[in-house]
Amino acid sequence: MSLLEKHGVIERNASLLLVLSLLVVTVGGIVEIAPLFYFQNTIEKVDGMRPYTPLELAGRNIYLREGCYVCHSQMIRPFRDEVERYGHYSLAAESMYDHPFQWGSKRTGPDLARVGGRYSDVWHVEHLTNPQALVPESIMPRYGFLSQAELDYRNIAADLKVNAILGVPYSEEAIANAAADLVAQATVDGDTSGLASRYANARAADFDGNPAKVTEMDAVVAYLQMLGTLVDFTTYDAKANYR
Amino acid sequence: MSTHEIDDLTGTQTTGHEWDGIKELNTPLPRWWLWTFYGCILFSIGYTIAYPAWPLISSATTGVLGFSTRANLDADLAAAKAAQGGLLEQVAATPIEEIPANADLARFATAGGKSLFKVYCSQCHGTGAAGSVGYPNLNDDEWIWGGSIDQIHTTITHGARSDADPDTRYNIMPNFGADQVLDSAQIDTVAKQVASLSGIEGGAASDEGATIFAENCAACHGEAGEGMADLGGPSLTDQVWLYQGSLEAIKAQINQARHGVMPAWGARLGDTAVKQLAVYVHSLGGGQ
Repeated sequence: MSLLEKHGVIERNASLLLVLSLLVVTVGGIVEIAPLFYFQNTIEKVDGMRPYTPLELAGRNIYLREGCYVCHSQMIRPFRDEVERYGHYSLAAESMYDHPFQWGSKRTGPDLARVGGRYSDVWHVEHLTNPQALVPESIMPRYGFLSQAELDYRNIAADLKVNAILGVPYSEEAIANAAADLVAQATVDGDTSGLASRYANARAADFDGNPAKVTEMDAVVAYLQMLGTLVDFTTYDAKANYR
Repeated sequence: MSTHEIDDLTGTQTTGHEWDGIKELNTPLPRWWLWTFYGCILFSIGYTIAYPAWPLISSATTGVLGFSTRANLDADLAAAKAAQGGLLEQVAATPIEEIPANADLARFATAGGKSLFKVYCSQCHGTGAAGSVGYPNLNDDEWIWGGSIDQIHTTITHGARSDADPDTRYNIMPNFGADQVLDSAQIDTVAKQVASLSGIEGGAASDEGATIFAENCAACHGEAGEGMADLGGPSLTDQVWLYQGSLEAIKAQINQARHGVMPAWGARLGDTAVKQLAVYVHSLGGGQ
């Protein structure tokens, strides 16, 4: 019983108890979390993933600002009911450039991991403006003000830079051209050669139907229309990535 | 350490603490609790051997049972497909025009199409497929791109004005006003002419209106405004209007045309699902 008697020393010394508890939690954390960073198979090898374009990144920032994640997750779990409704289950690779990621399982609205390309741009604008006009049973709030709000993209280059520091592969060139790429993507007849060379398959369009200015609606719709469309599943080896 | 005294009343050891004459009993944990606790520890060891758990150098142990959520999903999907008794394969193998003739296959495809419709189509076309402004009603007899099962199948596969599909249904109505093809008086005249075709309030047929219509509109909407499904020119003679049937709305559309976009579903859902959707949508209001 001498070992248990010695345990009394820890129980009687609050500071020692705190330090030792912290040590135990740290060991647990290292064992459970740290391996995910060095395992080669944590992130699947896929084709097609690229960093967000500046416009999509700006849209993502608005998505976070408006708290869309409170009701919408971006993670399709590998279950039959989810896969048949939303599409292919989400891969770790698809959120490797997300800081922070948008996973979750608490859904008031549907999962948005593969909402890209599912609806037209006009539908998104109408739906964000007045969700009940298109889906009468919806309880989503209205976001029509996004169409009026001009997009403030003065800090977009700095935003790319921070993401680059966090490990997103934005080149010096991409950071230098961030604002130009942003405007090019939100314009119909602009020069998109630079955008296309830096971001594969980036779609340029007048997303909000208002060619006069770049609005927050442009950014949000550009972001939504890209979600889940980047990975090329024709070259994805599902069996090699069984987890 | 001092030996603890035994409490006379309960026969239990005390902790040796004493506050104002009150002593604390050192009651041991209940046996059942203690053994359950030890049991859990033993179970956890077995569990980490059976299931993926321990991190090693380049990956984690996979567990002797070979458990994988992704493999389980594929097994679930395969089992669901097997439960459908090969009907899905039959839908895949049967040309779309022949599915309605086969009662069993048609019933299966309609049910499958109905649930797919709720998931992918109802957000624009409505739960009951009645559509809304800018989103066509699928229950009526007016079909912009044709209402035969084959034409519906093509429309769902390639979408309309979808920039992801080179074979998409595509047409663009000119902006007669905004691009100054017609002046406002001419638009007024031809709008009244169009409105008169279906008896809309304010409509009035005139010789000038008929001439403008023949020169500018008939190429896509037909000489009598009966519509041309091959070009996606809607009929102007009935009460079905995509962007509302009023003189004002007609004028607005002639002045600056609105265009709907429908995604191309073939690449996303696969042809078997699209076939089921086509059978279901055709059953709603399909025709020629």
